[in-house]
Amino acid sequence: MSFLALEPIRVLLYLVGICAFVGGNAAYLVLAERKGAGRIQRRPGPNEAGWAGILQPLADGIKLLAKQVMVPPGTDALLFRAAPLMVMAPPLMCLATIPFGDTVVARNLNIGLLFVFSFGSINVMALMLGGWASRNKYSIISAARVVSQNVAYEIPMLLVVITLLMITGTMDLNEIIKQQAGWFWNWNVLKIWVNPLMPVTFVIFFTCMLAETNRAPFDMAEAESELVAGAFTEYGGMGFGVFFMAEYANIVVGCCLATILFFGGWQSPFGALSDGLWGPIWFLGKTYALIFTVIWIRWTFPRTQFYSLLNLSWKILIPLSLFTLLLTGAMMKLPLLFK
Amino acid sequence: MSLKSAVRETLTGFKSLLTGMRITAREATKPIITVQYPHETLKMPDRFRGHVQLILDPETGKSRCTACGLCVRACPSDCLEVDGIKREGEKKKSVTEYKLDFTKCSLCGSCVEACPSDAIEYSKAYNVVSRDRDDFAKMDLVKDLDAKAKVWAETHPTPPAAPAPVAATPGSPTPATSAPAPAVATPGSSTPAKAAPAPVAGRAEAGTPGSSNPATPPAPAAANSPTPSSSIANAAASTGAAAGATPSPQPESKTT
Amino acid sequence: MIASKDNFSAAPASQGPQETFTLNLGPQHPAAHGVLRVLMTMDGEWIQRAEPVIGYIHRMHEKMGENRTLAKFLPNTSRIDYLSAMHYTHAVVGAVERAAKIEVPLRAEYIRVITSELNRISSHMVWWGALLLDLGGFTPILYAFDDREKILDLLEGLCGARLTYCYYRFGGLYNDADDAFLKGTRDFVQHMKPRLQMYRDLVTDNIILRKRLTDIGPIPAEMCRRYGATGPVIRGAGVAYDVRRAEPYSVYPKLDFKIPTYPEADSMARYLVRMDEMEQSLYIIEQALDQIPAGPFIGKVPRVLKLPPGDTCYAVEAARGRFLVRLVSDGKDTAYRVKLRTPSFSNLSLYEEASKGMILPDALAMMGSLDLVIPDIDR
Repeated sequence: MSFLALEPIRVLLYLVGICAFVGGNAAYLVLAERKGAGRIQRRPGPNEAGWAGILQPLADGIKLLAKQVMVPPGTDALLFRAAPLMVMAPPLMCLATIPFGDTVVARNLNIGLLFVFSFGSINVMALMLGGWASRNKYSIISAARVVSQNVAYEIPMLLVVITLLMITGTMDLNEIIKQQAGWFWNWNVLKIWVNPLMPVTFVIFFTCMLAETNRAPFDMAEAESELVAGAFTEYGGMGFGVFFMAEYANIVVGCCLATILFFGGWQSPFGALSDGLWGPIWFLGKTYALIFTVIWIRWTFPRTQFYSLLNLSWKILIPLSLFTLLLTGAMMKLPLLFK
Repeated sequence: MSLKSAVRETLTGFKSLLTGMRITAREATKPIITVQYPHETLKMPDRFRGHVQLILDPETGKSRCTACGLCVRACPSDCLEVDGIKREGEKKKSVTEYKLDFTKCSLCGSCVEACPSDAIEYSKAYNVVSRDRDDFAKMDLVKDLDAKAKVWAETHPTPPAAPAPVAATPGSPTPATSAPAPAVATPGSSTPAKAAPAPVAGRAEAGTPGSSNPATPPAPAAANSPTPSSSIANAAASTGAAAGATPSPQPESKTT
Repeated sequence: MIASKDNFSAAPASQGPQETFTLNLGPQHPAAHGVLRVLMTMDGEWIQRAEPVIGYIHRMHEKMGENRTLAKFLPNTSRIDYLSAMHYTHAVVGAVERAAKIEVPLRAEYIRVITSELNRISSHMVWWGALLLDLGGFTPILYAFDDREKILDLLEGLCGARLTYCYYRFGGLYNDADDAFLKGTRDFVQHMKPRLQMYRDLVTDNIILRKRLTDIGPIPAEMCRRYGATGPVIRGAGVAYDVRRAEPYSVYPKLDFKIPTYPEADSMARYLVRMDEMEQSLYIIEQALDQIPAGPFIGKVPRVLKLPPGDTCYAVEAARGRFLVRLVSDGKDTAYRVKLRTPSFSNLSLYEEASKGMILPDALAMMGSLDLVIPDIDR
């Protein structure tokens, strides 16, 4: 027992757990996505492998693993191979600092928020590398799109996060959650006495999160009806599989962050029952509800036009998030003047 | 664009997004509408135009075809081949060979319309699958009719008493068999199944909705026995027997 | 391959030195709807020149019409534009009837109108779903196919085929419409009205779709005239040209319907025209069901059909525009010349001019709004 309590061993165990969590999530979120799409489109979705298709991810995984990883002639082989690894590493790192419960966290950093965002922005570089190294015209167009899209959406997202930083005053993710204890109106998303535009802030964050993870309706990078498969066009087998897993891992990270920043993390909505095993249950419940919304959105809307996507960021989201930032600052500081 | 209109546009746009999500959520609660194909099959309507087949005259137990060749002339894609002989004591010729090249057929139905003696009709078979191209390039419709006639001969003299001799016939594990339970019928296929009339196998099953298990066809009445056997079913059964193996059902490969 | 720069001014990226590359969109591309190939000269994501390359599915339907009897040619017509097979058969049948002066019973004409309009709706549903697929929306096509399936079931129950109907015959129909079909059609019309409202709420009013289609790919009426574009493309340019009114055929003069037009001439206008057309088709079907008389379904047709020497044209409003058949006969039982004027060919031919200076996703959205059927282009 004392051996397990050693800090390095504990972190290692957590990291293994996180890897398993990401892998399992990627596999079963694909199934959930296909099932969800099926429900929305009034068909059963995959239902042949195992009971109700429960073994489908296994079949998909074996198929992908069994395929040869082809490096097309003329590509930059090193970068081509490195891109899937680079796309997979950041979400794993991010998850290491995410508190699933009061004590269920691999490594609680006091700069957790900064850590997550700095690693989160490596993702775009990996996609760009993959697209560029593929030596495919569609992939290059996709890579260019990814960069401009991610740059555009990083800004409003960080502005929103700064707003939250002003409210919470800490970058420690666990500390942020603890500040939202009590009933659900203490969650940041409903703290309208701090800033009446708080729900709007969440919508901005969520939109940016969709865009950052290249999810529909902002899936410019993949855009299969325009760019075949975008940056992944030339990848086959597990190279493609890793990109796919990373996409879902990024969604998980994004939804975890949204849960922490806006929905009180592992806190229960009514002030009690949030310690011990209940913490992770609340946390995962909220996260999966958000993930479900992401899936729901994907199967409802068409893809946005690329320029209106950028317009949305530069003309609507950035001014709006700047406004909420100012408003929050004003609401926090103005009362001090009259003291 | 003034600020006011920009705000209004953003709000109406956001509302339209919520409307869309409400609709998909509502649709998601409704029951599924797809047919789970290998497990369920559709009933073809009465007027369904499948490939042509010879009609068995319920009174004589023979074909009404006089090998006049009008259908051959009517066919736009030259996919019919008809031959007949004049038997002793009969006024008209009777058909001895009626071959359909289904690979060329466009299912237009000109032959059926052209037929002066109502000797051909559309089958209800839509589940036409085989591993052998010749099963379609040389569909022997007379052979199908002979199989049907055999059943007719067995059942006709004493119509209600006839048990179902068909139920035991092998030949169900044809490639066309969509049933998920081939194990019931497979043992039979180890015996030479070549000449056996197999009116229940494969495509025939497509005509009988609901009975996805080929081993339990309805008992055949003379005139409207489920659907006739087919050269495909026969040929496939024989290839299955020749291979000595039990071919696995291949419901996915659908050729129409 | 470097395109000439002088005809390229719309794209802002044109300033400064340019490097262009060639993009072969198709013949196997998800948005190519079959085997259309578009040879694009691109400057980044801006299209300098998009040249459609056609002919991958050319099947010489015209020549086939010239070396077989007219009755044998009839099954071919369903395969030219497989999505609006009824209209195409209607045109050929109509041309023969006009040339040979065959009387068609009134009941047959009404059933032709009903089935044609059903086919128009089903064709527009495929277009709607495929356009949304091009735009990255996956769900609408399944909703559309759910409703389209009902049409196909009706037509299958009527004539035995789901797609390549070959239902019309010279002088009438292949078989009569039974009560089940007429009642089923009535039920379908009632079923479809709320569904069209649902389509509108889910997609038409959606801000993303509006942004994707509004002001994208303008095709003014003048350009339509130059290239001979018809159907929803020219109606989307504000011209109320509809063969059903301009060159009346069948019993359309007896039926009341509006020709939806939108003057904006952009992709959204073409979209809205087709959505309105589905409504109008339902309205036409309702009227036809009310007016349909009893009687024979096929008229008197000579046993061996020979056209008198001469030159006959017959045009119909197919789902994609004006489909015209020209039969030149020299008195034999085969036609001397069969000319098929297909709408998709003309609608595609303006693509090169209209897509100049657009970005790739917009060009594909515009291609979707043209509603191309590749076999219809290549014939």
